[in-house]
Amino acid sequence: MSIIHSSPYIQNNENVSRMMLAVILALIPGTLVYIHFFGFGVLINIIIAVITAIVCEVTVLKIRQRPVKPFIYDGTAVLTAILLALALPTLTPWWLAALGAGFAIIIAKHLYGGMGYNPFNPAMVGYAMLLIAFPKEMTAWIPAETHGLNFFDTLNYSFFETLPAGMSYDALTMATPLDSIKTQLSLGYTVDEIKNANASLFGNIAGYGWEWINIMFLIGGIILILIKVINWHIPVSMLGALAFMAMIFNFSDAGSYPPISFHLFSGAAMLGAFFIATDPVTAAASNKGRLIYGAGIGILIYIIRTWGGYPDAIAFSVLLMNMAVPMIDYYSKPPVFGATHES
Amino acid sequence: MNNTNQNGTNYGKIIYDGLWVNNPAFVQLLGLCPLLAVSNTVINGLGLGLATTLTLVASNMMVSMIRHWVRPEIRIPVFVLIIASTVTIIELSMNAWFHELYNILGIFIPLIVTNCAIIARAEAFASKNTVPSSFIDGLFMGLGFTAVLVTLGAMREVIGFGTLFQQAHLMFGEAARGFSITLFEDYRGYLLAILPPGAFLGLGFLIAGKNIIDKKRQAHEKHIIEKSPKATEVLS
Repeated sequence: MSIIHSSPYIQNNENVSRMMLAVILALIPGTLVYIHFFGFGVLINIIIAVITAIVCEVTVLKIRQRPVKPFIYDGTAVLTAILLALALPTLTPWWLAALGAGFAIIIAKHLYGGMGYNPFNPAMVGYAMLLIAFPKEMTAWIPAETHGLNFFDTLNYSFFETLPAGMSYDALTMATPLDSIKTQLSLGYTVDEIKNANASLFGNIAGYGWEWINIMFLIGGIILILIKVINWHIPVSMLGALAFMAMIFNFSDAGSYPPISFHLFSGAAMLGAFFIATDPVTAAASNKGRLIYGAGIGILIYIIRTWGGYPDAIAFSVLLMNMAVPMIDYYSKPPVFGATHES
Repeated sequence: MNNTNQNGTNYGKIIYDGLWVNNPAFVQLLGLCPLLAVSNTVINGLGLGLATTLTLVASNMMVSMIRHWVRPEIRIPVFVLIIASTVTIIELSMNAWFHELYNILGIFIPLIVTNCAIIARAEAFASKNTVPSSFIDGLFMGLGFTAVLVTLGAMREVIGFGTLFQQAHLMFGEAARGFSITLFEDYRGYLLAILPPGAFLGLGFLIAGKNIIDKKRQAHEKHIIEKSPKATEVLS
């Protein structure tokens, strides 16, 4: 996969669908661990988002008078829906996933010209829209493993917003490790104090449950690189930039800036690095461009996580760097074969 | 504007231009800043739209009146002075009579002065045309702008709050408190429509809608023309 021209480019559909299938398969280990820690809400969200995305995709393709079959089988809509669903909190009403997937497919993908033409990552546009429009629903997470909800409880909540007797939404949901470290740092506690006071939330490295999810996504991502479905440039430069930022600030003041491991293995860092930022349509096209693009995302993630208004920042960082892609591509054009430096 | 002249001013065309063909918000895309910033409810949109219309009418008429006495080299500062004084008068009057609405619209009332739709009309139309036709142009350009503000405001209010005409008393007095319609009971609200992204998306959809209508009408006219060869001669 070394494409040196900028998107849009015509690809063999079979390749696209095989690529998408590989990406979806590589997501499975992370998703299973996610389900283990955070319940079947993950699965319900994925199913709702995928169904909505396919329905929207078919409807818009019909309206735009495009052939339906090749565009459905390429699997990009399904992958968009899965990535969006993986980013959502797990105890959510059904319409959240449906609205996000519909917005991602109709507005972020097809209004810009459909597959291959969208400048912004559709899944992240859907996520950012939901985060801005429904801040309450989008920031309430259930605790890892100890939430005590089975499949039917979650399903019940998804469709009727009722919880089993004795449980209340406000008591059940809590802040994520990233969110609570941010609020408590602003209250003047040090990183160690916060971690010791909430040992069950923070786990060993970066949050109980979260660290395992991130490790599984890391493994899936490495497999994708090994089978050459994605390039190493974006994940490595993104995680490298994030780690570098975390290192500088952690060395300067360990009390108020969490260590590198916390930043790399919490939130959606690995999912973002290997599966979201590597979207071939919206990322930079040349290898040099990809390194700049990934590093930009990593630095933005650190900035927004540390000083911004939101606990995690994959979506906003990816979207901001999507905006910079035309410029990055312009300045990182590989030289034409045979061209000398002077000319 | 080609067939506008001293004797036979084509008012119909000016009106149609202002409301549809050359609509300041849809086609010229002028004055987008206030358009996007205060169109979050119908009443806010209506308030700002009417204030802009009033400014347009007054400044257009004044510019047209003095058009023979202003040297072209200094016409822009003169237009700006006229527009700024008009806006100041309107701002002070709104502060006096629609104080709450004035507070909500805030900075966007004095900012009407920077609305490029107004100076564009002064330069492109009023400085070259008679007072009556400038009056009509100002009025209908303003109403076209207001129509877009109100439509966008209605869209955003329905999607964002699930209501229509909330806070109508700000414009129509206490009796209008009951105007407010709640379309969906128990609506959670859709914050995105109220926030700036909703304004951009909403305006995009409205412009797309206008373009669809225009295209359909064009195709329709073409169809008629092709069907009857005699009509071609008449129209040309």
